[in-house]
Amino acid sequence: MTLKATPLNSAHRAAGAKMVDFGGWDMPVNYGSQIEEHHAVRTDVGMFDVSHMCVVDLEGANVRPFLRGLLANNVDKLQVPGKALYSCMLKPEGTVIDDLIVYFFSENWFRLVVNAGTAEKDLAWINAQNEATGSGVTVTQRRDGADAMALIAVQGPNARAKVWEVLPTAKEASEPLKPFNAVIVKDSAFGEVMVARTGYTGEDGFELAFPASQADALWNALVAAGVKPAGLGARDTLRLEAGMNLYGQDMDENVNPLDAGLAWTVDLVSERDFIGKAALQKDGQKQQYVGLILREKGGVLRAHQKVISASGSVGEITSGTFSPTMQQAIALGRLPLDVAVGDTVHVEIRDKKLAATVIKLPFVRNGKILVA
Amino acid sequence: MNIPADLKYTESHEWVRAEEDGTYTVGITEYAQDALGDIVFVELPKVGKSLTAGDDAAVVESVKAASDIYAPVSGEIVAVNDSVADAPDSINQDAYSAWLFKMKPSDANAINGLLDAAGYGKATAE
Repeated sequence: MTLKATPLNSAHRAAGAKMVDFGGWDMPVNYGSQIEEHHAVRTDVGMFDVSHMCVVDLEGANVRPFLRGLLANNVDKLQVPGKALYSCMLKPEGTVIDDLIVYFFSENWFRLVVNAGTAEKDLAWINAQNEATGSGVTVTQRRDGADAMALIAVQGPNARAKVWEVLPTAKEASEPLKPFNAVIVKDSAFGEVMVARTGYTGEDGFELAFPASQADALWNALVAAGVKPAGLGARDTLRLEAGMNLYGQDMDENVNPLDAGLAWTVDLVSERDFIGKAALQKDGQKQQYVGLILREKGGVLRAHQKVISASGSVGEITSGTFSPTMQQAIALGRLPLDVAVGDTVHVEIRDKKLAATVIKLPFVRNGKILVA
Repeated sequence: MNIPADLKYTESHEWVRAEEDGTYTVGITEYAQDALGDIVFVELPKVGKSLTAGDDAAVVESVKAASDIYAPVSGEIVAVNDSVADAPDSINQDAYSAWLFKMKPSDANAINGLLDAAGYGKATAE
């Protein structure tokens, strides 16, 4: 099967990236050293090509009521144009089809950014629900075709300043943006750019969505300004330190968001009904999503390793790695409800059972280690 | 990719050097360290352990993944490189000097069954 390529594929190859098959996409895993790229984002600035993710524009008079029913988080929290919200989209059984960000621009226009590997099933689901509810929403994917968009995430303490260097006309509109807000800048040298103060690293920064035809030009301008390209390897260690879920790894269609640490994104308070609500109310929370720090030498925490509590109850690591910031093995996992933050548990690594501490997420935020 | 001509190789990316005292020194190739990325943990075998060719002998873990290192020949572990366990990234710096363990082979000619540099070069080019 031919791998799919983003508009920046040749730029990655020219920069000497190690390319890997990431869910059917030919993507850079690193440009030399994953750890150096990780540190660049924590201490200065780095950027990621995330054009494999899919922008979906929803237009029409009924977009808001349609999204009220479609998403587990409540789009009525979005009242100011440009405001963004993280949400899961659930099956009727209450399990996660995908996690996404929804941006509100006007009552006639909301924008979703969904995961790469799930985009096609997401679009099929959204279209089916649009049909079933008779909402008449116009659903437009912006990953392929003439109106395709590229996505670059510029992240790190110096990310915003670097973006303004390259996109000077964006500064006035994007400087006042609070986290989880976006603005459309019409008059940039790279066409119309959505500048969003969002990311997946635990650092400040912007995510930029703009015409795919400008991808090379904007990427090269950011490189010239001193922004270090970073691959999916660093993206994974950064999001893990930030305690952020990865779809397909930490949750999927077999897991409900309450068990995946995403209760804060599920609105069970308002009267609003949404797909999956009844199932969540019936099933409730059966596991807790926590962080682990390995306390003994003997390996690195990895997905699917078994975690055993003091009482003998059993959980599982969903993502693990060696944290470049903390210089320790860390993990995210789903543990039984009888485990508490601060407890010592044991993780099975090969033929050993090694002690680990349960911590409250995140591990790292804005360059600072938050746990000990 | 650097493949020294004076070493022997396995298809699972170990390099082997026959020493004058009859022992074999074993490490992982430059190709292997590059594929693994930043290496952060090394687990070495116990000295005195007897292994059959193909047995798990050591573990090398990078940020990305864990990888088993196999015994290239049958024999006994006679030494391990503790300094590589203390500084796992030395494998990334120079894979051919950061050896992992030494074996006393049960068959002194076992090394002849391994790949030479040209054969390993061909195996990694595929």
